[in-house]
Amino acid sequence: MPKVTIDGVTIEVPNGTTILEAARMIGPEVAPPTMCYYSKLKTSGGYCRTCLVKVSQGSEKDPRPMPKPVASCRTQVMDGMVVENNTSQEIQEARAGVVEFLLVNHPLDCPVCDQAGECHLQDLGYEHGKSETRFEFPRREFERKDIGDKIQLHMNRCILCYRCVKTADQVTDCRVHGVMNRGEVAEISTYIEKSIDNDFSGNVIDVCPVGALTDKTFRFQSRVWFTKPVDAHRDCDKCCGKVRLWYKGNEVLRVTARKDQWGEVESYDGKTGWICNTCRFDKKTTADWTIDGPSKISRHSVISANHYNSLKALKSTLDRQKDALPHGEKVTLGHGALDPNNESK
Amino acid sequence: MMQLTNRSMQVAKKELTLMERLYFPAIIKGMLITLSHLFKRKATIKYPDQTRELSAVYRGQHVLKRDEAGAERCTACGLCAVACPAEAITMESAERKKGEESMYREEKYAKIYEINMLRCIFCGLCEEACPKEAIFLTDRIVPSSFTRGEEVFGKDKLVETVEHRVDVTKRQTPEVLDFKTDKKHYHNQTFLDKKK
Repeated sequence: MPKVTIDGVTIEVPNGTTILEAARMIGPEVAPPTMCYYSKLKTSGGYCRTCLVKVSQGSEKDPRPMPKPVASCRTQVMDGMVVENNTSQEIQEARAGVVEFLLVNHPLDCPVCDQAGECHLQDLGYEHGKSETRFEFPRREFERKDIGDKIQLHMNRCILCYRCVKTADQVTDCRVHGVMNRGEVAEISTYIEKSIDNDFSGNVIDVCPVGALTDKTFRFQSRVWFTKPVDAHRDCDKCCGKVRLWYKGNEVLRVTARKDQWGEVESYDGKTGWICNTCRFDKKTTADWTIDGPSKISRHSVISANHYNSLKALKSTLDRQKDALPHGEKVTLGHGALDPNNESK
Repeated sequence: MMQLTNRSMQVAKKELTLMERLYFPAIIKGMLITLSHLFKRKATIKYPDQTRELSAVYRGQHVLKRDEAGAERCTACGLCAVACPAEAITMESAERKKGEESMYREEKYAKIYEINMLRCIFCGLCEEACPKEAIFLTDRIVPSSFTRGEEVFGKDKLVETVEHRVDVTKRQTPEVLDFKTDKKHYHNQTFLDKKK
């Protein structure tokens, strides 16, 4: 098994693992960001160059460095390879350049876009991007398109990551959309506006890293950070039925698949938890679902601004304080603090 | 008794002197102080007939601005609401229809926009968070009212009218003012500029 060192952390990985997968095994602090690579979709990756890393030692046998940054999602590890990601200034600059390229045609309509708050390009822009664009030409513009009655395509925002195309190829049985034209004028399109009406077509919304493919039933309903994510499940004969409900008050505004820490749809027993369109678009009452509990949201995410996890956090803090007190004095919560109905003021 | 802290002091109970026991000299002294205040400058003014001069950076009642062409700037992005420490702002968005381009700048707009003036602490974070230069705090004082409901200001009270624009330039530095008026930036272009 080859040993690889990424940002000073050494890990042993199976043969044929890519640098990116090895970095993800170590953890999010060394894993490079990705825009097009999706571990659940075969042959994805290699388009966006966001995951660039520096290989400062090719392998044990041939310790020469690779001449230029490599895309970690497509490069396999060798025994004794040394990789620099966040520790390399050169890579940080290269990534800033990639972000600038991705934003060349991306409109600055985050205040309007429904993806804002859970958008990977937004995160990437904040981490690596510059506040000003050097691009002097007009951005390319497309008309908004309806793909079927539930999905909307904003081609302006698309970064051509091909994830939705691969999803349609690998998850649904026939693909009716693809990337038309080339270069500057390339766009996602269906054959003569044909609607995608496959049972699993809604998953293209979940894999889209930007706001190009959005849920029409959720359009302008609420900002992501005003909704509360709750994990739920139901018996579905078509899909795994494990979903995330996004509540505002008692209303389910949106249903999505559950995402893992890499922003990808979660797997259960090795099978990816894609959800069907019935679960996604038609089951929007609490009565349809069995609630599993609140979703875990990173406290750095703007979604956690609705103080959703505060109750749990409060309880664990109190428990810790209790342990720290010398004579086992009793700490009590304020009246009604643990009442679940009390959560939203 | 056991001492709980070392900060307690023994109280000395002193006998009153003759002057103190007479009481009247002390009362007259107090009355004189009260009397002297009658001839001093008053600390209060007769608001609302009179108003005080406000500082140039005074933060009072909010305004939702329109752009030069009269279209509402707010796009209901929710950043003011998430920035608000007092959770005073709520909003609901709607989609702009064809033909309403002169009313709303973006394809989404705030159908309902409410600020609870009883909750608001006038910190100005909403103004700082706004990416569209839509919300500003002005030098107007929020009027008082008899019911709580009246203190929740909707769009009818917040959005400025086309005829009576609210001047917010007094609080901006020259650099900021320049940034907010330069037509080079997308956020300063009206729908009329885009047509050209």
